Amino acid sequence: MKYLCLVYLEDDKLHAVRDSECLAASERLRAEGRVVAAEALHPVHTATTLRLRDGTLTMTDGPFAETKEQLAGFYLFDAADLDEAVALAARIPPVRTGSIEVRPVRELDPTP
Amino acid sequence: MSLDSGAVPDDIAATVAALFRRDSRKVLATLIRLLGDFDLAEEALQDAFRAAVEQWPRDGIPANPVPWLVSAGRFKAIDGIRRRARFDAIDGDVATAVEAIPDSAARWDEGEEIADDPLRLIFTCCHPSLSADAQVALTLREISGLTTEEIARAFLAPPATLAQRIVRAKAKIRAARIPYKVPHAGELGERLASVLRVIYLVFNEGYSASAGSSLTRADLSAEAIRLGRLVVELLPEREAMGLLALMLLQESRRAARTGTNGELVTLEAQDRSRWNRAQIDEGVAWVERALAAEVTTASPGTAAVPRRDSPAARFGPYALQAAIAAVHAGAKSAEATDWAEIVGLYDVLVRLQPTPVVALNRAVAVAMRDGPATGLPLIETLLADGQLQDYHLAHAARADICRRLGRHADARASYQRALALARQEPERAFLAARLRDLPP
Repeated sequence: MKYLCLVYLEDDKLHAVRDSECLAASERLRAEGRVVAAEALHPVHTATTLRLRDGTLTMTDGPFAETKEQLAGFYLFDAADLDEAVALAARIPPVRTGSIEVRPVRELDPTP
Repeated sequence: MSLDSGAVPDDIAATVAALFRRDSRKVLATLIRLLGDFDLAEEALQDAFRAAVEQWPRDGIPANPVPWLVSAGRFKAIDGIRRRARFDAIDGDVATAVEAIPDSAARWDEGEEIADDPLRLIFTCCHPSLSADAQVALTLREISGLTTEEIARAFLAPPATLAQRIVRAKAKIRAARIPYKVPHAGELGERLASVLRVIYLVFNEGYSASAGSSLTRADLSAEAIRLGRLVVELLPEREAMGLLALMLLQESRRAARTGTNGELVTLEAQDRSRWNRAQIDEGVAWVERALAAEVTTASPGTAAVPRRDSPAARFGPYALQAAIAAVHAGAKSAEATDWAEIVGLYDVLVRLQPTPVVALNRAVAVAMRDGPATGLPLIETLLADGQLQDYHLAHAARADICRRLGRHADARASYQRALALARQEPERAFLAARLRDLPP
């Protein structure tokens, strides 16, 4: 069985825990063979939300807006830039019925 | 930028200032590509012009100042990064970044790469993943070179809000890696539409400020026209020509559209001798080019219908609106206007852009062609649909038609509704005057 653990933080607490501590923790978990994938994200204002309706793909600045929509799955893509990432994300079928939020992954800073 | 001209000979100071006005955005566009970062490039741009002021009095003005400035900016940026790297803990990352900056002159000297840089800058500033507000602010800051304070003043927004908007947009470009490139043919049409929308937003903000007492802010409109020319020059697509034409034709009426007390003067009542003939001639020439290209690619009789297979190559809503404006521009008076031609153009526009506002404008044109009794039911149907209920011009249009039909009570009710919704002082003054002039 696999479990997805989502990390939520208020804007002013994004850096309350140092990156180096997060890195150390993920390395310990990796060493135990438990981690499939783990990434930190850039803040929500770097997000782009995609919706495909009536054959037209629309892009919106920011995170998903419909509060009734719930997190239903995820993809972790490797792409050269946002245009490539958007093209890949537009192929996720629920883009037609819901929304796909594209968030860039952030490199953790190992400085203690 | 302020140049300290104290110790600099006048002719060199003047040359540098002229170069800054004409070419600083070109230099910036190439520096962003070379350095991969807006902020680094802006700093490098300032450093490059500072170096010019320092070195040109001694060494003379180079034969090709633009490559000189790009080279100086790039050198200063690399130098700065290396100097900072010595004090910085993350040496490795910075060293990699410095190595990634092309070192050989050959790389950035390629004519085609440099020629495309201003387009890359335009498409990145107007990337659809940025909000419309951010696209407008970035375009005016990076492509027009306006200061944050100037943009804030033009949009009646606090400078801190504008600054924050620009900082966030640049942070998104960096973090989400919005590419610095000209879109490929397949997506060019859609991406160009996004660029043209930004330019038209800027124009409209200058032409009819969305709130406040000044109906026009000429500087913003002039800047939008300048941006429109730049896009046509870099990318001679029909819709780009159409937008340039539309802006020129609307701008040509600027002097005539406000009365002595700043009140709005409708197209019908404008003194047409005050229209700017040079702008009309140029606008009409661009409309003809925007539409003529279509005729050569479609068979006779179908010229007005865009080809669906080539979205970037076809004409669209801007060219059609410009064509409508050109018909007005060619008429001696409102009565002498070829309303049949205008209705025909609206028929095509409604198909391309089926919005309630376009349908309203078409209905008004029908009322002019066939008389108010024919136009009224069209407008009332549109109002009944509900989408135009809060649009003051829809109520003003109904009021005007009722007035012509002598239905004064209906006209009064609609003028009052329009007045309650209108936010611009000149429009409010116009509506209030119409209400006063209605017979009891």
